[in-house]
Amino acid sequence: MTRTEIQQVALAAALLAAAACLPFVSDAYLLSIGVTIAMYTVLATSWALFSGPTHYISLATAAFFGIGTYVTGMGIEHLPYWLLLPIAGLIGAVLAALVGIATLRLSGVYFVIFTLGLAELVRQIITWFQNISGQKGLYVLTAITEEHIYWQLVGLAALVFLTGWAIWRSRLGFAVRILGDDEEVARHAGINTARVKVLLFMVPGAVAAITGAILAPRYVYIEPSIAFTPMLSFQVVIMALLGGTGRLWGPIVGVIPFTFLWEAISGTFPNQTTLLLGLSFLVIVYLLPKGFVGLMQSARNRVNRREGFA
Amino acid sequence: MDILFTGLLLGGTYALIAMGLNLQYGMARIMNLANGEVLVAGGFGAFWFWTTSQVSPLLTVFVVAPLAFALNWLIYVVILRPLVKRAKSRGQLETDAILTTFGLSFVAVGVMLAVFGGDYFSYSYLARPVHFVGDTYGLNRVVAFVSAVILCGALWLWLYNSRAGMSVRAIAVAPDSARLVGINVPRLSALAFALGGAITAMGGALVSMFLTLDASTGVIFTLKALIIVIMGGVGDIRGTVVAALLLGVLETFVARIIDPGLTLAAAYLLFVLILLLRPQGLLGKSRS
Repeated sequence: MTRTEIQQVALAAALLAAAACLPFVSDAYLLSIGVTIAMYTVLATSWALFSGPTHYISLATAAFFGIGTYVTGMGIEHLPYWLLLPIAGLIGAVLAALVGIATLRLSGVYFVIFTLGLAELVRQIITWFQNISGQKGLYVLTAITEEHIYWQLVGLAALVFLTGWAIWRSRLGFAVRILGDDEEVARHAGINTARVKVLLFMVPGAVAAITGAILAPRYVYIEPSIAFTPMLSFQVVIMALLGGTGRLWGPIVGVIPFTFLWEAISGTFPNQTTLLLGLSFLVIVYLLPKGFVGLMQSARNRVNRREGFA
Repeated sequence: MDILFTGLLLGGTYALIAMGLNLQYGMARIMNLANGEVLVAGGFGAFWFWTTSQVSPLLTVFVVAPLAFALNWLIYVVILRPLVKRAKSRGQLETDAILTTFGLSFVAVGVMLAVFGGDYFSYSYLARPVHFVGDTYGLNRVVAFVSAVILCGALWLWLYNSRAGMSVRAIAVAPDSARLVGINVPRLSALAFALGGAITAMGGALVSMFLTLDASTGVIFTLKALIIVIMGGVGDIRGTVVAALLLGVLETFVARIIDPGLTLAAAYLLFVLILLLRPQGLLGKSRS
């Protein structure tokens, strides 16, 4: 590790520790926003690990998240809670691998289309099972409080950042960067592009499933239409792209303002949230193609250039 | 037998909708994820004309089509063409188009929610039984199927027997070379995109005769149309028809025999099989 890297790791650790102190100083409302922000930070950051370098828009977040909530919902009666999180992660990773194997060998469009309907597909299958078995929803009754959920999410966020950083330094990360720049070149350099993409896609799959498993106790009552809201996938995409996927900390820059904006809009005009989603997409494509991170970078470049001339 | 015919009737209308998307994706090279919203808007039009002034949906089709054509042409020229111009590669255009049309689709849903509310809408038109080979079918489904066949036929004639149609097909095969033989690619791409939108809206008006729609069902139709287009082969009209009929039959089969809630699962099963076995499309030639 170089000196700057140690500094960066120390800074990240300090920020996470500060974030973990939130429950001690805030009221219930602020904490619930904290949970939301922590949740989207985890989801958007892990999303960007895959979709940033590969440019494949994954809309599968809601599917993995919903599966995670169902793992907790169905398993809480039979297994200890702490065992459920790794199980959810494992199922998420396996499902991501299956989806990846089926679609990632081909053009990116097939992948997008497949993930677009994945949440709805899983929802239909679970609803069908429930119709057959005659059982409707699931109750998740635990002693887990909002604070516990928050700390688990902050811990998971730390894990995601660490994973992202480790991947960045590894051979896999190197392969991914080449692949993102030019797939043709990557293939000629002997990189098994399909395998790299599938491996990388397993990360957001596992993380989203674990996030769902962590948040299940918050819902108390789980049914397919709550667990698999398609909106979630789109919100994650918007937040990550708004922040910028070029840096590990990029998505969080989008998560925080968008969460507050979303809270404000859904509080005052609850029916206009779809409109907000739509306009956000257009803003990203036309005004912020590289996100806030890209904006900061070009501002810094401009300053540097001016100083260089002076 | 009953399932087969009902499935074919449904597949016929699917074919029309998927052709609209195929014109947009295969020919104009824009992956339009707002396609389903155009369909729902067409359905709204038919609903509105029928409930306010008893205008038959079959006539509404001719009102909806030019409106949708104009709207889609505007969308292409104003919103999408800048993306086509700025894109450095096909992949980048695809990503940009996906994000933009997602945005448009959400905006459209938001606007429709604001204007019409979130209720389901359906109306009763030609809901009479017809008897055919020992079974009964809704007359509205039969009429929608026949209209879809006529429209598909007209589109096919246009594509294969007119100069503009041939140019559009040329763009589908080789967009870069098409320019070299004097085809005005930007103009014809806009035309193909607008025409695709018009056809989808007509499909929506027909579908609304026998299906219940609401402001947010568009995405389901987008998905089905996409699956059909990929299954049939991008830019391949015959493949689209075959794939649409196949999906219609499979969906009806699953809905009748297993569970009506599993129609999308059925479509996905087909999709995965195609991706694994014939990614170039049902009738497509293998490219390596």
